[in-house]
Amino acid sequence: MFRDALLVAGKDLRIELRSRVTTNQVAPFAVLVLVLFAFALDPDRGVLGRATAGLFWVAVLLCTLLAVQRTFALETADGTRDALRLSGLDPAGVFLGKLGAVVAQLLALEVVLGVGVAVLYDTSVDTDGASPVAVVAALVVTALVATLGLGAAGTLYGVLAAGLRVRETLLPLLLLPVTAPVLIGATRAFESALDGVPSESWPWTGLLAVFALVYTAVGLAAFGPLLEES
Amino acid sequence: MSASGLRGTGTGASRVLGGLAAAGLLWVVVFGLVLSPPDAVQGEYVRYLYLHVPAAWLAYLSFGITALASGLYLWRRTRSLGWDRLAGASAEIGVFFTGLCLLTGSLWGKKTWGTYWAWDARLTTTALLFLLFLGYLALRRIPALPEVRAKRAAIAGLVAFIDVPIVHKSVEWWRTLHQPATVKVEDAEIDGLMLFSLFVGVVAFTLLFAWLLLHRTRVAWLEDEVEARGLDLAIAERLAEGRAVDAAATEGPEVRA
Repeated sequence: MFRDALLVAGKDLRIELRSRVTTNQVAPFAVLVLVLFAFALDPDRGVLGRATAGLFWVAVLLCTLLAVQRTFALETADGTRDALRLSGLDPAGVFLGKLGAVVAQLLALEVVLGVGVAVLYDTSVDTDGASPVAVVAALVVTALVATLGLGAAGTLYGVLAAGLRVRETLLPLLLLPVTAPVLIGATRAFESALDGVPSESWPWTGLLAVFALVYTAVGLAAFGPLLEES
Repeated sequence: MSASGLRGTGTGASRVLGGLAAAGLLWVVVFGLVLSPPDAVQGEYVRYLYLHVPAAWLAYLSFGITALASGLYLWRRTRSLGWDRLAGASAEIGVFFTGLCLLTGSLWGKKTWGTYWAWDARLTTTALLFLLFLGYLALRRIPALPEVRAKRAAIAGLVAFIDVPIVHKSVEWWRTLHQPATVKVEDAEIDGLMLFSLFVGVVAFTLLFAWLLLHRTRVAWLEDEVEARGLDLAIAERLAEGRAVDAAATEGPEVRA
């Protein structure tokens, strides 16, 4: 299973490296979203600085939609979906591979977005009462776990909507309400860490971990049956 | 069931069910609009609750049934398109009553709390439930083979249902960690007759739900049947055309010769 996962993830990431869709389209889009937020919320009133965590994660959610659509667009052209099915790879492995590729791309985008909010929104970490290491650890672990949850839910709904005629409009409607707990949890965890109280972000990280585990488990179970038909 | 003998989706039992539901609803209307005294705290707006409470109950009941039927469809031993139709019918009715619940709730809230909407845990969860199952219904609407549609819909229905406790937990933490509940109604004592009528309302709405569910499931069955027969008919027509062409082809050379 894990060998298959590595194969699929490697294939997807190689396609991304060569086609450069993520670097040339999705990353600029992510930065564009940050700029749009600045237009919508007047930068002079300090709203941006206070809302940084939420805006960051909304931008990540929008990028998740693009990444998921992209990863399944790869499998619809030229009957590659059938090829994938005939390849004899374990469907659970295919799920993990797709998940891994999406998560890797999202993490790279989050680095871009992180630099973006630091520069554009003048976000600073308030480390008066806590050690910087604890703050950074809280931010990094939250980002990892939240991205895993987003990737798992996204990959599951991606294959659910794949092959349907109206998938472009259907996927956001299906995926965004489901990922509401990730947006809430990751935003609160980031807010706590940025406020210098990383200890308060850990319960949220726990909730995000539960989300990631549940959706990875459902995805592993459901991916095979969903890949089989259509 | 032959097409000629089919007059509707009702049976004797469903008519009794429908009659009981109508009688219960009549009582709710008469009591809620005429007999019920205005509440000491909420005034006339208490009448919304006779609609709101049963609608909220149906919202949760229907999505529970959708999840259960989806699970039964996915389990190989009980796999039947009947469960899929039941899940779809239940979700459709559920979305309607969730909408009604949110509408009556916000109208009542405007008068009693002074605001249409409060970001409290239960409200937010219900709103997300509404959106989740709107997505589920959208997925069901996409034309596909019945088995393909059923499998995708069943997985989507179950996943949406699994999400509800996580959503609820996250919203609850969020609202309690960061700010205390902004709105609270004093626990007023409920008058005996009012309580009784609320109870009648819940029972009547449940009967109405069962009646609607029965009919909607049967209509779904008929829809599938029409589609299957339409396909059979089209295949038969094409075959007949093919035979006619074949016949012409075998006759053709003779004429030419």
